[in-house]
Amino acid sequence: MGTLEATETKNKTAPSAPERIKGSEAIVRILLEEGVDTAFGYPGGAIMPVYDALYDHQEKIKHVLARHEQGAIHAAQGYARASGKVGVCLATSGPGATNLITGIADAQIDSTPVVCITGQVAASLLGSDAFQETDVIGISMPVTKWNYQVTSAAEIPEALSKAFYIARSGRPGPVVVDITKNAQFEEFDFEYKKTTHIRSYVPVPKLDMEKVKEAAEAIDNAKRPYILFGQGVILGNAEKEFKTFIEKTGIPSAWTIMGLSALETDHPLNVGMLGMHGNYGPNLLTNECDVLIAIGMRFDDRVTGNLDKYAKQAKVIHLEIDPAEIDKNVPADIPVLGDAKESLIELTKLVKPNSHEEWLQRFRDCDAMEQEKVIKEELNPNTEILSMGEVVRIINEKTQGDAIIVTDVGQHQMVACRYSKFTKSKSNITSGGLGTMGFGLPAGIGAALGAPDRTVISIVGDGGLQMTIQELATIYQTKPKVKVLLLNNEFLGMVRQWQQLFFDKRYSSTEMINPDFQTLAKGFYIPTNKVTERENLEAAIEEFIDYDGAYFLEVMVGKENNVFPMVPSGSGVAEIRLE
Amino acid sequence: MEKQEFTITAYTENHVGLLHRITIIFTKRKINIESLTTSESEMEGVHRFTIAVTETEEQVQKVVKQIEKHVEVLKAGYYKKKEVVQQELALYKIPTESLTNGLEVERIVREHNARFLTIERDFVVIEKSGYKRETKALFDELRPFGINEFVRSGRIAVARQQHGLGHDVEEMLMAEA
Repeated sequence: MGTLEATETKNKTAPSAPERIKGSEAIVRILLEEGVDTAFGYPGGAIMPVYDALYDHQEKIKHVLARHEQGAIHAAQGYARASGKVGVCLATSGPGATNLITGIADAQIDSTPVVCITGQVAASLLGSDAFQETDVIGISMPVTKWNYQVTSAAEIPEALSKAFYIARSGRPGPVVVDITKNAQFEEFDFEYKKTTHIRSYVPVPKLDMEKVKEAAEAIDNAKRPYILFGQGVILGNAEKEFKTFIEKTGIPSAWTIMGLSALETDHPLNVGMLGMHGNYGPNLLTNECDVLIAIGMRFDDRVTGNLDKYAKQAKVIHLEIDPAEIDKNVPADIPVLGDAKESLIELTKLVKPNSHEEWLQRFRDCDAMEQEKVIKEELNPNTEILSMGEVVRIINEKTQGDAIIVTDVGQHQMVACRYSKFTKSKSNITSGGLGTMGFGLPAGIGAALGAPDRTVISIVGDGGLQMTIQELATIYQTKPKVKVLLLNNEFLGMVRQWQQLFFDKRYSSTEMINPDFQTLAKGFYIPTNKVTERENLEAAIEEFIDYDGAYFLEVMVGKENNVFPMVPSGSGVAEIRLE
Repeated sequence: MEKQEFTITAYTENHVGLLHRITIIFTKRKINIESLTTSESEMEGVHRFTIAVTETEEQVQKVVKQIEKHVEVLKAGYYKKKEVVQQELALYKIPTESLTNGLEVERIVREHNARFLTIERDFVVIEKSGYKRETKALFDELRPFGINEFVRSGRIAVARQQHGLGHDVEEMLMAEA
C-alpha cells in the first residue's frame, strides 16, 4: 500500500528550515507550531521519549497529569469546548491508549476537535504481541475522524500536520496518531508545514445559492416557521449571524443541548430546549409548525422521539456542514449544505423582515403551563426536600448567567441544561451524544484551563462522580479553578426514574451506598462543604462561587425526584408528559 | 422499501487501513457485504472499491454518504443492477480422470463459454466469468464429476454509461492540478 506522502497536500504555509532532531523533539515542536499551550496525558513506556522532550519545553506547554487516561481525554475535550481550540491528549501504548477510547467516542459523536498522540511499541515488534501492544489504529478507527500510524520519524511532520488540520476543519472531530517508539527516538531532518488542503477531503461543501433562495422563499411564505439550532452554530462561530437571522425573521428558536448557550437564554426568541426532557412548547409545537429550519443539528433520537410521529406536517430546511447528516434521520425538503456562518449570512440577505407574534405566543402559553406544572415547584419547592432545580436557580442568581456550566450525565444534566442561564457562547459543556458518565469532573478541569478567566462550575451526580473521582487529585496537583458541585441523591437517578415509570418501581442496582464525599474531598486537599438544609444553601453556593480556586460543594437533594417534562421512549414529541 | 442488489463504488486514496474504515460502516449497521473488490482505477494513484450488497436503497444512500465522508475517499456512489455491466470470475478444479471418461465435461465447458486454464496430470482448472447465476450453473453441472476446489471472485462492475463516477473524480483531480 502507499505511504502518507502519496497524498498531495498543497497550499501549505512556508516551511521552516530543516534541522536534524529526534522524532520526539519534532512532536513537541509541532505542538508549539500548532499553538498548543496545554496538553493532557499520562506517561508510560512507549511514549517516554515524548515526555522527555516535553521536559525541555515546560514553560511553553503545560502538561496536565491526569490520574487515568479517560480523565485526560475528557479534560482535553472540556478544554477544546471552552476555548474553541484543539484539545491535545497524550497516552502510552496498550492500556494507555485503550483507556482513551470512551473519550474519543464521545468527541466523535459530539464533534469535538481533539488530537490524541499515542505511543506504540517499536515498529520491529508490531504484531508480535509485545508488552503493552494493542492495535490502536484498529480499535480507534470506528470512533475517529481520521487516524494514522507513524513508524518512522520522517512521517511525523506530515501525519501531525494533517491531524491538526483534520481535527479542527469542517465538522471537527477526534484524530489519533499512533507513533512507534523507534520513530520517537530516530533522528531526521525536521521541516514543518501546516496542512491547509487534502485532495480527497472537502471540509466545507460549497454553498448552493439556489438552495439558499429556495430556503428563503419557504421561510418568507411560512406562517409558523420554527428553528432548531445545534452545536453547528457554535462550531461554525456563527452565533452573531444566527442572532441576526432570527431577529430579522422573528422566528421562535429552540436548542438541542449541544446548541445550548449559542443564543442567550433570555433572548425573546429563545423558546427553550428540545428533546426527551426539553421544554413543553418546543416539543409539542414541533408538530404544528409549517416550516422547520434545522441549523447545525443532526436530529438525534433524543431530540426527535419516534420519527414516524415527528414533524410530518412541516417542510424541512436543513442547514448542515456534513452531507451525511442530510436525510439521515429526518428527510430534508431543502438541504442547504455549507458552513453555518456563510449560510446564515446569505440566507439573512434574502429573507424579508418579519415577525410571528401569534405563533410565538403559542410558545409562551406552553411555557406558562410548564411553569405552573413543573418549573415553579422545581425551582422553589414546596417541601423541605432540596431539589436540583433550586440549586441551579441560585447559581443563576449568583453568576447572572456568566459561568461555564459543565455537566456529567443523568438527571442533574437535564436539570442543569433546562434551568441554567447563559449569556455567552461555549458555556455549556456536556456529554450530549454519547452520554458518558464520568465526563463532568475531568471536562470541568479542562474547561477551567481552557477559559481561565471564567467561572467554571462542574455539576455532577454521585454516580458519574465516582467514575472519574480520582481526577480530584489532578485538581490538587494542577490547581484549575474548577468548582465541583455534587448533587447527591444517593441514586443513579435517571435510571431509577425509568425504573419507577416503566419498570414497576423495581429499583434494580440503582441505589448507591456512597462513601463520605466530604472526607474524600478533604483527602484530596480541596476545600469542601456540604448542604443538607435549605437555610444553608444560598450562603454555601455564594462561598462556593466566590472562592478563589477549586472548591467541592455537596448538596443532598431529593432521593426520588423526577425530571419532567418527558417524552417517553418510543413516543412522539407531541406526546410529551408534564407529570 | 424492498431490498435489492446494489453495487457501491468508491474512488479512494491507496492507504493502509482504508479497507477497514470502509467495512466498519457496514458492520455498524449490520449490513452483510456480499463481495468486496479493491483494485487500481483508470486514474494513476487512485484506488477503487467495488462492494456488492443487497439492501434497501435508502440504507445504501446513507452508507454511501458515510463512505464519502471519510477523509481519504475521493468519491462514492451506487448503482442499481441494471445500471452496471458486471462480472465475476470463477475457478473450478476437477480431477483429470473425469475428462478421460468421455466427452461430457468438455461439452459442458464449451456450452458454458468456459475454458480450461490448465490441465495437469491429476487435475484440471476451468475458468468461467459471468454473472453469479452463470458461474453457479456451471458449478451445478460439474458437481457430479467431483469438484476438488471452487472459488469465485467478488463482483467487479463498470457503469452502463460512457462516464461513470470516475469522471467526477477526474474533474476533481484536474481542478486540483
